[in-house]
Amino acid sequence: MTDAFSRPDSILVLGATSDIARALVGQLVADGCERVVLAGRDPDRLSDAATEAKDAGARLVTTTTFDATQINEAAAVVDWGFSAGGRIDLVVVAVGLLSDQPEDERDPVRVARCISVNFTWPAAALARVAHHLREQGAGRAVVLSSVAGVRVRRSNYIYGSAKAGLDAYARTLNQSLVGSGGSVMVVRPGFVVSRMTEGRKAPPIASTTESVAKDTVRGLERGAAVVWSPTSLQGIFTILRLLPEVIWRRLPF
Amino acid sequence: MPEPSAAEADAPAATGDRPAPGAVRVLTGWGRTSPSAARVLAAGDRAEIGDALRTANGAKRPAVIARGLGRSYGDAAQCAGGLVIDTTGLAGIGPIGEDGVVEVGAGVSLSALMRAGLREGWFVPVTPGTRQVTIGGAVAADIHGKNHHRDGSFCRHVISLTLATPTGVHEISESADPELFWASAGGMGLTGVMLAACIRMRPVETAWMRVDSECHGDLDAVMDALERVDATHRYSVAWLDCSARDRHFGRGVVDAGDHADRSELAAAHRRDPLAPPGDARLRLPFVLPTSLVNGASVAAFNRAWYAKSRSASGRIRHLGGFFHPLDAVADWPRLFGPRGFVQYQFVVPFELAEVVGRAIERLQQASAPCSMAVLKRFGPGDPGPLSFPEAGWTLALDLPVGPPDLRRALREIDELVLAAGGRVYLAKDSRLDAATFAAMYPRLGEFEAVRRRVDPDGLLQSDLSRRLRIGPVE
Repeated sequence: MTDAFSRPDSILVLGATSDIARALVGQLVADGCERVVLAGRDPDRLSDAATEAKDAGARLVTTTTFDATQINEAAAVVDWGFSAGGRIDLVVVAVGLLSDQPEDERDPVRVARCISVNFTWPAAALARVAHHLREQGAGRAVVLSSVAGVRVRRSNYIYGSAKAGLDAYARTLNQSLVGSGGSVMVVRPGFVVSRMTEGRKAPPIASTTESVAKDTVRGLERGAAVVWSPTSLQGIFTILRLLPEVIWRRLPF
Repeated sequence: MPEPSAAEADAPAATGDRPAPGAVRVLTGWGRTSPSAARVLAAGDRAEIGDALRTANGAKRPAVIARGLGRSYGDAAQCAGGLVIDTTGLAGIGPIGEDGVVEVGAGVSLSALMRAGLREGWFVPVTPGTRQVTIGGAVAADIHGKNHHRDGSFCRHVISLTLATPTGVHEISESADPELFWASAGGMGLTGVMLAACIRMRPVETAWMRVDSECHGDLDAVMDALERVDATHRYSVAWLDCSARDRHFGRGVVDAGDHADRSELAAAHRRDPLAPPGDARLRLPFVLPTSLVNGASVAAFNRAWYAKSRSASGRIRHLGGFFHPLDAVADWPRLFGPRGFVQYQFVVPFELAEVVGRAIERLQQASAPCSMAVLKRFGPGDPGPLSFPEAGWTLALDLPVGPPDLRRALREIDELVLAAGGRVYLAKDSRLDAATFAAMYPRLGEFEAVRRRVDPDGLLQSDLSRRLRIGPVE
């Protein structure tokens, strides 16, 4: 069970090979989380993540692989995670793929894949997570959204719109869970220096996976519904969101 | 080592489940942290509780715990996904015998028992800082009060208990199944659902107290004074100003009291000397959007409180104000805003009194405001394997959740307490980890053995028992 500071005893991570997820697992295990269930795509990276969690002090680490383009398997992955962990205090949904937009634009199948991995699969999985949280009468889900979905830019609109969908879905799922004992928290990182953004030019406000993880843990402790990481992005995006389309489309991104 | 249990594996919803009594409600403890949802059955009588325990095993997630007035600060009276039996319907109070012995339902509050008893000149043997706790809760936490140094904790005054367990109803006492009796004393409801108890009340002439108050400028002086007044008074406690630093560090006010005789009362009170305490005068109607309890407000309050306190001896005060000052404001935890607060209470042996100061110091270092700090000396403990009090210094602290370093600070204080051979009070706990708990309560194995006998399937569970891994692990 979670303690009064919202630190979980058991976690299920979907998209466990993501750098942000690994940083988050590291901090939660350091804070006393003992059971860690990891699900990810790449078996090698997954076993690295498992070793990392064990080294950090987790007593029980279990892994499985899945493919986020296989929508029909989402529920089974979640069910497996909940049975492997016994009771799951926190589900981290860090599934995501940042691909090359210009190439995606030319290929409708790639567009569909990007939407699938960033929105459809996580949404399907979350529906099943919500079922388990209701049944447990407790537990939380953390959904990795992105500021890219807050005001979608044309240079990144496929990924951005998928994240926008996931963000809205997760926030509203949280409302539907009121009274069930379960809840969902959305985390909106800005540009994070990680494997996902390798080779991309970092903007002035870039953060690290560790600081996103830290902001996430603090958000859990204060019972937040939405966490911005870093916090300053909230102000910036509140203004960006208000810009009229005529100005927005002339901006250089 | 916990194995992922097959029983927890997900099955299609609700096939073959028995019809579930009670509506699902989100519950928290008094500190308002860690909410969880459970079906809540408002039990009207003993038969209903027996039925619930018998049929719970057929549920998909079999787990049951009793809940009284929800005054445990942490997660002791909640059971996520399971069944919570609200026992406040067991409200019968029998006639009080000439020897002060009374049989009461487990859902009777100390407040109700006080009202019933005072009219006939009987007071409850032990009362904590609130009278809004049930008898069942008082036994399950083996509560203590300002008279612990003299009279011990609550269960020392319990003659017998009626306990419903998954294997049947047991009548237990110090002579009939003493293992189960003492495991239930402080057992946090994990040995069964209390139905009734026989309690020995204390005779009093009035509902008034004769109180000596002493202000002392630092921690050593407060501790010396407590030790001194314990020899001469039945009730004693010290309020500490945890915001004070340097030469004022640990300053506080020591209150020592005894029941007043009729002859000591002012004429106005002599007409109705046994008038029971009244109801709460104020109520906070909603949870404040943000905590009003912060470093600045706490420091200002503490300064003002210390400044207004005067040493005085022989003041006559009503026992409501002396024992239960916080009961004047119903739902006061709502002041702490949506994040709630943590209560932390520990005891350390007398020889290691310095842990008290080091704990306060560490919290000051963490910039964690402490809105209430209460220091007391315990007398010898009860035989209950999970009963909290034992001879030594006990410090209780109210700490709003929020300061980033608070969690780590408390973990470090756990280590200090453990190294000193002390322990943390489960009725107030919401954040201890399983390993530290097991080390603090070395007689846990004894408790588990009794528990397995009356609850072989591990039906009795709470969020607290799961967090601390008492009983079968999921």
